[in-house]
Amino acid sequence: MSTSDEMEEVIVEFLAESKEGLDRVDDDLLALEKDPGNAARLASIFRAVHSIKGTAGFLAYEKLQAFAHVGESLLSLLRDGERAFDREIAEALFAAVDALREMLAQIEAKREESSKDYSQVMDRLAALTVASDGAPAETESPGAPPAMSPSRPGLTPSAAAPSLSAAPPAPGPAPRPAAAAPPPAPPLAAASPSTASPSAAPPPGPPLAAPAPAPAEPPDTALELEAARATDAGPRAGTPGGGESVRVDVSLLDRLMNLVGELVLARNQVLQVGSMQQDQAFLATSQRLNLITSELQESVMRTRMQPIGNVLHKFPRLVRDLAGACRKRVRVEMEGEKTELDRTLLEAIRDPLTHIVRNSVDHGIESPEARQAAGKNPEGRLAIRAFHEGGQVTVEVADDGGGINGQRVKDKAVARGLVTPEQAERMTDSELVSLIFLPGFSTAESVSNISGRGVGMDVVRTNVEKVGGTVDVQSVLGKGLTIRIRLPLTLAIIPALVVGNGDERYAIPQISLMEIVRLERDQVKRAIEMVHSTPVYRLRGNLLPLLFLRDALADEGGGGPPAHAATDTGALNIVVLSSEERVFGLVVDRVMDTSEIVVKPLGKHFKAVSLFAGATIMGDGSVSLILDAAGLANHLQGFARVRETAVAAANTAGGLPASGGMSLLVCDVGQGRRLGIPLASVDRLEEFNRDRVERLGDQAVVQYRGDILRVMSLGEMVGMGAGFGGGGDEMDEAAARKTTIQVVACRGKSRRIGLQVQRILDVVEGVGPPAAGTARSGTLGSVVVGGRLIEVVDLSEWTDFGGATAGLEVTP
Amino acid sequence: MSDVSQVGDGSTRSVCTFMVGGLCLGIEVSTMREVLRAQTLTRVPRAPREVRGLMNLRGQIVTAVDLAARLRLPRGERPAAAMNVIVQTQDGPVSLLVDEIGDVVEVGAPEAEPPPANLMPEVRELISQVYKLRDGLLLLLNVEKTVMAEG
Repeated sequence: MSTSDEMEEVIVEFLAESKEGLDRVDDDLLALEKDPGNAARLASIFRAVHSIKGTAGFLAYEKLQAFAHVGESLLSLLRDGERAFDREIAEALFAAVDALREMLAQIEAKREESSKDYSQVMDRLAALTVASDGAPAETESPGAPPAMSPSRPGLTPSAAAPSLSAAPPAPGPAPRPAAAAPPPAPPLAAASPSTASPSAAPPPGPPLAAPAPAPAEPPDTALELEAARATDAGPRAGTPGGGESVRVDVSLLDRLMNLVGELVLARNQVLQVGSMQQDQAFLATSQRLNLITSELQESVMRTRMQPIGNVLHKFPRLVRDLAGACRKRVRVEMEGEKTELDRTLLEAIRDPLTHIVRNSVDHGIESPEARQAAGKNPEGRLAIRAFHEGGQVTVEVADDGGGINGQRVKDKAVARGLVTPEQAERMTDSELVSLIFLPGFSTAESVSNISGRGVGMDVVRTNVEKVGGTVDVQSVLGKGLTIRIRLPLTLAIIPALVVGNGDERYAIPQISLMEIVRLERDQVKRAIEMVHSTPVYRLRGNLLPLLFLRDALADEGGGGPPAHAATDTGALNIVVLSSEERVFGLVVDRVMDTSEIVVKPLGKHFKAVSLFAGATIMGDGSVSLILDAAGLANHLQGFARVRETAVAAANTAGGLPASGGMSLLVCDVGQGRRLGIPLASVDRLEEFNRDRVERLGDQAVVQYRGDILRVMSLGEMVGMGAGFGGGGDEMDEAAARKTTIQVVACRGKSRRIGLQVQRILDVVEGVGPPAAGTARSGTLGSVVVGGRLIEVVDLSEWTDFGGATAGLEVTP
Repeated sequence: MSDVSQVGDGSTRSVCTFMVGGLCLGIEVSTMREVLRAQTLTRVPRAPREVRGLMNLRGQIVTAVDLAARLRLPRGERPAAAMNVIVQTQDGPVSLLVDEIGDVVEVGAPEAEPPPANLMPEVRELISQVYKLRDGLLLLLNVEKTVMAEG
């Protein structure tokens, strides 16, 4: 009974150690490819394989043992300098590592060896072993009892070998001279062709004695020593002097974490009770409890942290194999492998990262010839960087490949019906690039058509967002692509802002919180404007679409009038949130407190409810829901609606809706004239500092969202030239004194244009067609709204290339 | 585990009974975790109709399902403060809100019958067996189906 338990423990230990060992072997092999003479790396590989062989023998996994043995034979030749490390050997060893992994996985799953035949890989290794110049080193036959090769004195700085091999019988038939201690290869090669000597003590020859630092003890004692050390040799064999560590079951850590979560909640409750108490002793105790809990929480959290290197370390190998398969040359650079993050997060980004890296090598980096033709280094560069930044972890995968071709993405997206051609035309390059995240964008055939990017990028995004992260892409055509993943440090306990909606309380993770704006009663009316049917607030010149929490939380059907009808009752709290680059304002009844909350998932009943990221237990023991910024953002129509209207309008001729009236953004352009811009073409309202206006030839322009936006005076466009002079930045006196200008960014069929106005007055909806015969230069005609004449601007001349030049004739 | 029809073969089983809207319902004792008095519930906006809210069960967040709504019983005069029957499901504990707790009874296969064919199909699938007891009928709930959200 207990012996089988012990056995199980040994097996689990063996599997874990072997896997770690093989991971290191990957690293070592990669290093050897660059530096074939690196004896330390070779020794490290040898150790790992040997230790697998030894334990496999002990556990009676014969196939595994035999396989490891063949590998070891080849390795010993390399180590002894009888064979030089070359590409062929590297390939064979990589294949062997994969085979070993497979065998281990099989053992892990079934506790027995698979029946799969690995003889091909084995033969390959054996062939390489024999093929060495005339002197076959087959001193041991495969399948023999584990050879002792007592060559790794336990004193080597990195001895991890749990040497269960110490258990089997007497010294093996052909131990080799010690080589594990990292002596430089050449002297060793010269000194060690003697394979028959049973003495493993290093020959006292001067070439060896000096460089080999370690083996001070005779090998016999070294063996015992090794066995004795086997128990305490930690998992970090790669790090010399790697401190003391224990293996702990992950589920135990998870449980600890849960308990600490509970403790934090209990602490919060105690503090709340404490705030109502006068008892000094109690207060002091609760303060102490508070302190200890916080520290405990932090420490336990740290146990869950793992260096991101655990995920990254496999990439050099992956890239090497992929590059080989695609006949490319790729150099991997890694930075910040020690950056730590929660292991659940680590797991969550493993697949997305693999996907991104694979994409980069497969489709991003060009073939050496193409690179040379483009004047680049024939060897591509793939840089993976991880670092902390503002309470988050950023992982960046950058390549210097071809980048994403916006045009091709556009064509593809249109062809797939993901966007309409009109929508696509209006998109900026960065918007186009982000199309690759649309589900359904990726298909097998897009691999060849769109440099393959976007294959499953929607899955990447979904996975990252599931753990509260974000993904963004920066592409420079011909120069490369950078994909940046931002992740929270941990999931379990997060700081949150508590807001009130009626009697209910909701928590908002601070990670999505940008700022809080409070508008007093008398400001509200002025500050909240309407674009179409969406309330907006001008936050430092940018339009912030507003979402009323009360509306969002109203139960379905909720027939009542939308809450924002009643905004003029009292002050307004706007919580500014961001999600996936979308920024919006959430209007809440009350802003209450900040608090550390433990996120608990919601049950499956709430699958369809996207507004919540989970629930938490508050200090008073009640349950509160956690609002999900992404879910809220989806709820918000915001600019999407403006955009939709624009697209719909663009589909009708010349931007003039066929019927049903249109909506106008009414602006004051000075001299008492009011002009209406069809809302369908309005993109954003902006406020620019005057000094941002630059000159490009005879045009006034501003740099705007990575683009150059031409700014024109609206008055000038409709023939008010006299009062305005030629330039867009010369306004009449009152306006000229201001340091900022109001610009309405509009989109036409082919480009954007900024219209400078003096004041934005209103949005009017359902305006009938302009009165017949009122069209003048630059306008579609005039309409009467609220007893005032408003001229409707015709933008087609400015925004549509090849469109009607003088605007549409309005038929009488 | 909760699929009762599989177990059967003559042996008896213990069923915990409770009343909802005048019906006598039961669940197998093995699926039941505990019974609690009315708890403070947190409403979940836009949640399915039969979900009353969330409650704090010693640090665990548990969904409370209105059993009457789930069984499509008319909104009659039900006691406002319902009892919570906490059942263990594959996805953790769920609370079923019931009017009144009954007893634990032993029932056997001879008294069992499948639910009548003329029952509303949505309700029929929630009931795994009908037991003919001396003083009335006992409807045995299929717990996993009962706690499932409606599409």
